[in-house]
Amino acid sequence: MTASASTPSTIIARFQVVWPGFTLDVDLQLPGRGVTALFGPSGSGKTSILRCVAGLERATSGYLAVNGQVWQDDARRAFTPTHRRPIGYVFQEASLFSHLSVRRNLEFGLKRTPVAEHQVGLEQTIALLGIGHLLDRRPERLSGGERQRVAIARALAASPRLLLMDEPLAALDLERKGEILPYLERLHGELDIPVLYVSHSPDEVARLADHVVYLEAGRARAVGPLNEILTRPDLPLVHLDEAAAVLDARVAGHDEVYHLTEVSIPGGRLAVSHSALPVGAWTRVRIHARDVSLALQPPERSSIQNMLPARVLDVRGDRDPAQALVRLDLGEGAILLARVTRRSVAHLGIAPGVEVYAQVKSVALMD
Amino acid sequence: MLTLISDDWAAVWLTLKLASTTTAILMVIGTPIAWWLARTRSGFKGLVGAVVALPLVLPPTVLGFYLLIALGPHGPVGQITQALGLGVLPFTFPGLVVASVFYSLPFVVQPLQQAFEAIGARPLEVAATLRASPWDAFFSVALPLARPGFITAAILGFAHTVGEFGVVLMIGGNIPGQTRVVSVQIYDHVEALEYAQAHLLAGGMLLFSFLALFALYTLNARPPKA
Repeated sequence: MTASASTPSTIIARFQVVWPGFTLDVDLQLPGRGVTALFGPSGSGKTSILRCVAGLERATSGYLAVNGQVWQDDARRAFTPTHRRPIGYVFQEASLFSHLSVRRNLEFGLKRTPVAEHQVGLEQTIALLGIGHLLDRRPERLSGGERQRVAIARALAASPRLLLMDEPLAALDLERKGEILPYLERLHGELDIPVLYVSHSPDEVARLADHVVYLEAGRARAVGPLNEILTRPDLPLVHLDEAAAVLDARVAGHDEVYHLTEVSIPGGRLAVSHSALPVGAWTRVRIHARDVSLALQPPERSSIQNMLPARVLDVRGDRDPAQALVRLDLGEGAILLARVTRRSVAHLGIAPGVEVYAQVKSVALMD
Repeated sequence: MLTLISDDWAAVWLTLKLASTTTAILMVIGTPIAWWLARTRSGFKGLVGAVVALPLVLPPTVLGFYLLIALGPHGPVGQITQALGLGVLPFTFPGLVVASVFYSLPFVVQPLQQAFEAIGARPLEVAATLRASPWDAFFSVALPLARPGFITAAILGFAHTVGEFGVVLMIGGNIPGQTRVVSVQIYDHVEALEYAQAHLLAGGMLLFSFLALFALYTLNARPPKA
């Protein structure tokens, strides 16, 4: 990708549309790299934004610039039609062309992309999505998960400069989701294409997103880096059963004897189940609020070995009146969530500013 | 042994020529009409749809009567064709073609419209996101996906034109080799009490119509090829 200094790596999207019963009004400035999740309950306008970015829907009033290229500017009556935007779009249903084989589906966008714009090779895409053995099949002979992988590969083969994904896993059952997620994570790791990813699943967002736009009723209620949004006390995410913090982690070493991998995160180290990642590799850990307990002194002789010193930021009530949600500062801006009983809060005197030890019962490495 | 006389053969040949020409023209003009009807959000959709469907309910003589007046020497279309040096169309083969196009229009437009509607907007949106222009998407995605609709439209348009009688009689008259099609020839045979000749042609028509519909239902019932 060529991006000169004058083309900032940002996506600026301002859309205003009034449909019967729904108004979309957003003014977003998003990073032009990495995965940005458009996240929120259904009917919050996630898909509408994606369709406006693709030009499939035209906002009544809008401005859209992607890494320096203006695709819509209603002040100047400028609107680039969808087929002239270098995007890839993955719909919720794979929507493969039923009259074409898998191979011809993959070639559809590739053939229409000027050779000078080719960035992603067909072979690379096929390998990345693991669909080499499906090329001569017809779409109706594929499983749901295979179809969606082909759809993702088809979008990538057209060398998009922006990949738009509209709940690509929503139509799949849990097993198929598990089949595709690793491919999406590889995509994230191997290709330098910015992605807008629509989802209403906190789990998908935690696994894939770098940046999150939290939408409600057609408006962006919060925009920020993943962990900031996951741990923001004024958003409903922290009160979900699966409320969790997701932290960047770096592989620090492997313990072959006990089959553990040590990763360093802001404020300390954690031992996780053995990972194949090499020392020095970046990854993510997810720590659920329910798996974190608090102690005022470093506990001795505990089975819980993962322990991080932290300072209490705030304590608030949770959905369950017996529980409290404690936000902890690990340093370097990293925030951890802990869900403890209100009785413990009272007995231990947990209050903002108190130094505690967070005991982490369970950590998931996200690769 | 009873065989077709030369007049019969002329009528058969003329009928096939008329039906082929009409079907070809209808595929060309019916496709954009059907496409528009399938995709428009315009308020005129109902109006256009009703006009296209009129020949389904109108007695052929009524349609033929108005066409005769419109195409005739004093009719608006007749004035234009004369000004263009084409003469007047009634009682000529081109006149028959024009009338047949109107008469068979719904039989071509409606299957095409249904086929386009069944495809929906999604495949075309996908094509656009894969850099296909609207024309490109129409030819590379919509047409192949609507193929069963085209087969139905062509067979119905052809078969319906072969079977027309009232419109032909009104606008074409009964000129051997020019406007006397099979259905009119059967009528002539019956009038002349040549029942054996009428039987041959009528039986042929019956067989043809059956085979056309049989082919249609067989083709459309077949699952998409894997």
